[in-house]
Amino acid sequence: MAQQHSPAARSEQRPTARPDPWRGFHGDAWRDTVDVAAFVRDNVTPYHGDARFLAGPTARTTQLWDRLRDLFIAERERGIYDVDPHTPATITSHAPGWIDRDHELIVGLQTDAPLRRAIMPNGGLRMVENGLAAYGFELDPQVRRVFTAYRKTHNAGVFDAYPADVLAARRSHIVTGLPDAYGRGRIIGDYRRVALYGVDRLVAERQAIKASLDDRPCSEDVIRDREELAEQIRALGELKEMAAGYGCDISAPAATGREAVQWLYFAYLAATKEQNGAAMSLGRTSTFIDVYLDRDLAEGRLTESAAQELIDDFVIKLRIIRFLRTPEYDELFSGDPTWVTEAIGGVGTDGRPLVTRTSFRYLQTLYNLGPAPEPNLTVLWSADLPTGFKRFCAQVSLDTSAIQYENDDLIRPVYSDDTAIACCVSAMRVGKDMQYFGARANLAKALLYAINGGRDEISGEQVAPATPPVTDDVLDYDTVLAAFDRTLDWLARTYVRALNVIHYMHDKYAYERLEMALHDHPVHRFLATGIAGLSVAVDSLSAIRHAQVKVLRDDTGLVTDYTVDGDYPAFGNNDDRADAIAVDLVQRFMDKVRAQPTYRGAEPSLSVLTITSNVVYGKHTGNTPDGRRAGEPFAPGANPMNGRDTHGLVAAALSVAKLPYASARDGISLTTTVTPDGLGRTRDEQVDNLVGVLDGYADAGGFHLNVNVLDRATLEDAMAHPERYPQLTIRVSGYAVNFVRLTREQQRDVISRTFHGRL
Amino acid sequence: MTPQVWPSRPHLVPAGAVVGSVHSFDISTGVDGPGTRFVAFLAGCPLRCRFCHSPDTWYQRSGRAMTVDDLVTEIRRYERFIKVAGGGVTLSGGEPLQQARFTAAVLRRCRELGLHTALDTSGFLGDRATPELLDATDLVLLDIKSWDPATYRRVTRTGTVAPTLRFARRLAERGTPIWIRFVLVPGLTDDPANVAGVADFVATLPTVQRVEVLPFHRLGAHKYRELGLPFACADTEPPTPELLDRVRAQFTDRGLLAL
Repeated sequence: MAQQHSPAARSEQRPTARPDPWRGFHGDAWRDTVDVAAFVRDNVTPYHGDARFLAGPTARTTQLWDRLRDLFIAERERGIYDVDPHTPATITSHAPGWIDRDHELIVGLQTDAPLRRAIMPNGGLRMVENGLAAYGFELDPQVRRVFTAYRKTHNAGVFDAYPADVLAARRSHIVTGLPDAYGRGRIIGDYRRVALYGVDRLVAERQAIKASLDDRPCSEDVIRDREELAEQIRALGELKEMAAGYGCDISAPAATGREAVQWLYFAYLAATKEQNGAAMSLGRTSTFIDVYLDRDLAEGRLTESAAQELIDDFVIKLRIIRFLRTPEYDELFSGDPTWVTEAIGGVGTDGRPLVTRTSFRYLQTLYNLGPAPEPNLTVLWSADLPTGFKRFCAQVSLDTSAIQYENDDLIRPVYSDDTAIACCVSAMRVGKDMQYFGARANLAKALLYAINGGRDEISGEQVAPATPPVTDDVLDYDTVLAAFDRTLDWLARTYVRALNVIHYMHDKYAYERLEMALHDHPVHRFLATGIAGLSVAVDSLSAIRHAQVKVLRDDTGLVTDYTVDGDYPAFGNNDDRADAIAVDLVQRFMDKVRAQPTYRGAEPSLSVLTITSNVVYGKHTGNTPDGRRAGEPFAPGANPMNGRDTHGLVAAALSVAKLPYASARDGISLTTTVTPDGLGRTRDEQVDNLVGVLDGYADAGGFHLNVNVLDRATLEDAMAHPERYPQLTIRVSGYAVNFVRLTREQQRDVISRTFHGRL
Repeated sequence: MTPQVWPSRPHLVPAGAVVGSVHSFDISTGVDGPGTRFVAFLAGCPLRCRFCHSPDTWYQRSGRAMTVDDLVTEIRRYERFIKVAGGGVTLSGGEPLQQARFTAAVLRRCRELGLHTALDTSGFLGDRATPELLDATDLVLLDIKSWDPATYRRVTRTGTVAPTLRFARRLAERGTPIWIRFVLVPGLTDDPANVAGVADFVATLPTVQRVEVLPFHRLGAHKYRELGLPFACADTEPPTPELLDRVRAQFTDRGLLAL
């Protein structure tokens, strides 16, 4: 293995056997400053052809993957395969581990054995204890003692500082999914930097930045920056040490394709060793890696099959990233997601596509290893992508339902062309932006609070400040909207207050040292809020306006139910009467969020994304004026409510496409399911038609589209016989899941969602 | 409570405007003609096919009155999407030729917008299609219910095949592209001689581009229940893959592209 050179090797004193890492690379802008985007621009070889060059899996790949598949069965049965309850994880806490030491091309595991999970108590001890208990393990008492007597956690800090209004909002589920008990995630280190520059160069860069702060006044901000930079430098050192444990010296830049993949993976792996982030996304790596693989192919170091094998091996590693979480967490988010999101494709600001052969190779892993939810492969779609790539993406969707699409033509003008997706739909410039992730506020419930003067429609508790309840028996649109607007003021304020506390404490007690070492300084911060229940709130308001909605009150005067007389236009039918309400709500809530002071001056943003928490949000929300019954799931993300989009997928998509990206910069999610024959009669037709639909949606300004191509019967059969569908993957909301790992309730929700097929 | 299907507001119909009865519309892909299409289902059909999956479109009075402008306004909301995605507009039903004036006017307007146009018809009322209507039609989806006269009558309960054959020949003579559709219903339309008759005839039509053998399904059964109508094919099973293969082969054996 080329990585077994002496640890003493330095870039300035390389042994002669080791080739110049930057040989043949073009451009200068990236040499003197850390600038991977410039490197990619100067060295990318866009690929305009089709998928015929791709290679299948080697016997070695298949063997390695089969070995893991056996472990997956045990993992599925037991909930988790194994866990180390004794060792709080750090970058260097665990000895090196292998799946099959002699047959791995890309090495490195989170702990000392595959699928063996680690504990990360910095985020919160209770999450760790409950997670262990749920699977029959017990936390090492010594660890408990350390994290109660000596070392505070993020979770403990947050609850020390939460104001009363936040606690009440949290308890009543009008704001939920807050990352206050575990790692916040959604921070993407620019892991490519380690491959391109080597760790030593990055340490020197950090040291120089830190030194540049020497003359600044020792204000709170500067002290914090200096401490964080010191932590970052320390983490980079640990990264090197961890890699050395696998026999790799990553102080110098990667010199081959295999090293580039390995160096990059080590950096990502280190992040996942110390952060149990809600989403641990990878970034935008395929076209970067392609530069190295392309050079190796030209130099005769690799064949196509060997290049594919490296990518397959890398993806195998990404597929076994695991975190210890509680069953409640999994209930909220379905299955066992890690959101190893990789953004593929897109177009450069110079107009050249950023599609390379390696973009194809990443997608090819879904064939070589079979479908899987992770990594969360995300195609940045543009009208200007090469036809061959568009068709291959559509084909992969038809065959696997495992990829999602985001609109590069919307993203690029805002974030430029080196943007990746955190989690599901959150676009950020790699290594330049980070976000303070903030779950979501329940707009449907807020509407009920408005009608009830701030009382919770289920508990009757006064959660929001008492305001005059709506006293009409038949709801009046203007009255309700005015009350709703006041409730949203309170909601935005309470919500952002919660996030400010959370991220203050996360920075303090669970800082992402390594991920932040791989960002520019100073970093640009987003405060990413979100909303749930948009289509329920919109349809409710539309019903109030266009039909007659009568209220039913209990003996305390609390409105607990509604009757709707007459028809109303529902969101999801490309009907401006409903869609304009949706546009207004998104803008209105974003404006209110913008008005709040944010921690560290973060720029507020908003997503219309529920992940799969639409089921849980619905469970905690009473009857709504649109006719939805208490407890019924919301639609996911920005989706129309189930069955109310009566004109087909395109009409629904065009409604969603009207939601303004300018007011929802953290992304707008639409999940669709079509049957194969709902796309055409022949395979070629289906591919062409799906490309057409994606082009049309992007052109209309749609931001995100999950495409499932499935028959309802397949899902029903998978519910009955999960053992036959171990790899059945479906897109749920910004990411994908193993269908058989969903709860029964979630499975039923997915099946009841509108299937767009022919009748 | 049901969410409203129709976006259009009640309005006064201008004097002299051509008014149609429209059951519903949707935007579908790869189903009723090439690409992504605005498909308008016109209300009213002279046939009463036993296997019909949309009995809710049998009666013209069950549709909603729309002027040509109303429908074209609705179509224009999708014009850009359809042009980017590739596709067009299909007038289906019911039987669009039952409202031939309305159909002709809508097709002409779509043609003026630069949209590909398709007419989905049984051809039973083909004589009503004026040359102007056909001039504005890029593609006809022609549903030949059966060849054998007795079977045709049994299937449709009210129709005969001769008008459809006449219409098909006329289309071929004027060079209009045709996609033939044949609904395969086990025990009803699957007799080899019946299929052979259709296939032999279709093979004589030079403008036929493909034959779509559509397997019978029961997804419309709930509509019969809602309408309180008996569903004559309630107990009929969808065709087996073997039967589908056999019937498709009867078309491909005659040099036709059968899907």
